[in-house]
Amino acid sequence: MSKVVSTTLRDSLSVSLTVGAYGIAFGAAAVANGFTVLQSCLLSLLTFSGASQFAVIGVLGAGGSAISGIATASLLGVRNALYGVIMAPRLKVSGLTRIVAAQITIDESTAVALGQEPHGIDAMRKGFWYTGIGVFVFWNLFTLAGALGAQAMGDIRAFGLDSAVPAAFLGLVWPRLTGKFECILAIACALFAIVMTPIVPAGLPIIATAFIAIVIGLKR
Amino acid sequence: MSIFWIATIGTSIIAFALKYSGHSVPERWLSHPKIQQINALIPIALLSALVAVQSFSEKSKLMIDQRLVGLSVAVIALLLKAPFPVVVLSAAVSSAVVYRWL
Repeated sequence: MSKVVSTTLRDSLSVSLTVGAYGIAFGAAAVANGFTVLQSCLLSLLTFSGASQFAVIGVLGAGGSAISGIATASLLGVRNALYGVIMAPRLKVSGLTRIVAAQITIDESTAVALGQEPHGIDAMRKGFWYTGIGVFVFWNLFTLAGALGAQAMGDIRAFGLDSAVPAAFLGLVWPRLTGKFECILAIACALFAIVMTPIVPAGLPIIATAFIAIVIGLKR
Repeated sequence: MSIFWIATIGTSIIAFALKYSGHSVPERWLSHPKIQQINALIPIALLSALVAVQSFSEKSKLMIDQRLVGLSVAVIALLLKAPFPVVVLSAAVSSAVVYRWL
C-alpha cells in the first residue's frame, strides 16, 4: 500500500470511529425524546446527518409538531447539498453510485476528501468513500447501541440524558463560533428562542432563528 | 400515523433529496456568495436556539433545573478544548449527579 493511500485510510478510519461513536448519544437521545428504537435507527440509516437528526428529535421532544421538526432538520441539511456541489465534479459518478455517494455526503466525508487535496484527485476520492462508508457503518451500529441502552434506562434524567442533548448541540455549534459576529448571532438566537418559547407553539422559535440568519446573511 | 413516524420519514426524504440535488444541479446554482454566507449562518442560529430551548424549557414552560449544571460543565469542557464525546459525557454525568442527590 502506498504512503498516500495509508495516510488517507488512517485519516478516514480515525474520523469514522470517533464520529461514529457519537451515534450512541444520538440513539440514546432519540429514545429519551419519545422515538422508538426502530425510528431512531431509521433516522440514522436514512437521514444520516447528525445535526439534522438531533434537531428533529429535539424539536419533537420539546413538544413541537412534525412539520417544525422536519423543517428545522431540513434547514440544517441544506449544507449537505452544498457539499454535493463541491464533491460531484471530483467524484464524477452516476446512477446507483451517485445515489450512494449522495447519501454519504456529510460534513466528515467532505472534510476528509478536501483534506487530501494536496495528494491528488485519487486520494480525495478515497478519502470521501472511506470516510463516508466508515462513518455510516459506525454511526448506525452506535445508534442501535445507544437506543437500546436508553430503552433499558427508565428515567433518563437519572443518567443525565436530558443534558446530553443540549451539550451535543453546544458541541456542534462551538467550532462555528469563529468570531465576534458569530458569537453575537448565537447568543441573540438563543435569547430569542427562550423569550418566544412560552408565547408561540414549540418548534417555531427554533425555525424562526433560521430566518434571522437568512435576513442577516442577505444584508451583510 | 404518529407524528414520530411522520417526522422520521419526512426528515429522511428531504435529507436525501437535498444531498442528491447537490450532486445533480449545476455548480453555479449554489455557489452564489450570498447562499454560501447564509449557509454558514443558519447552523449557528438553529443550533444555538436548540441549545437554549433544550436547556431551559419543558414543553412550552421555561425552567431552570439540573440541565443548567450540565450545560455549564459542557461550556467549561469546550473552553478546555475537550473532544466532543468528553463534552457530552461530562454534561450528562454532572447533570445526573445533581438530579439524583438534590
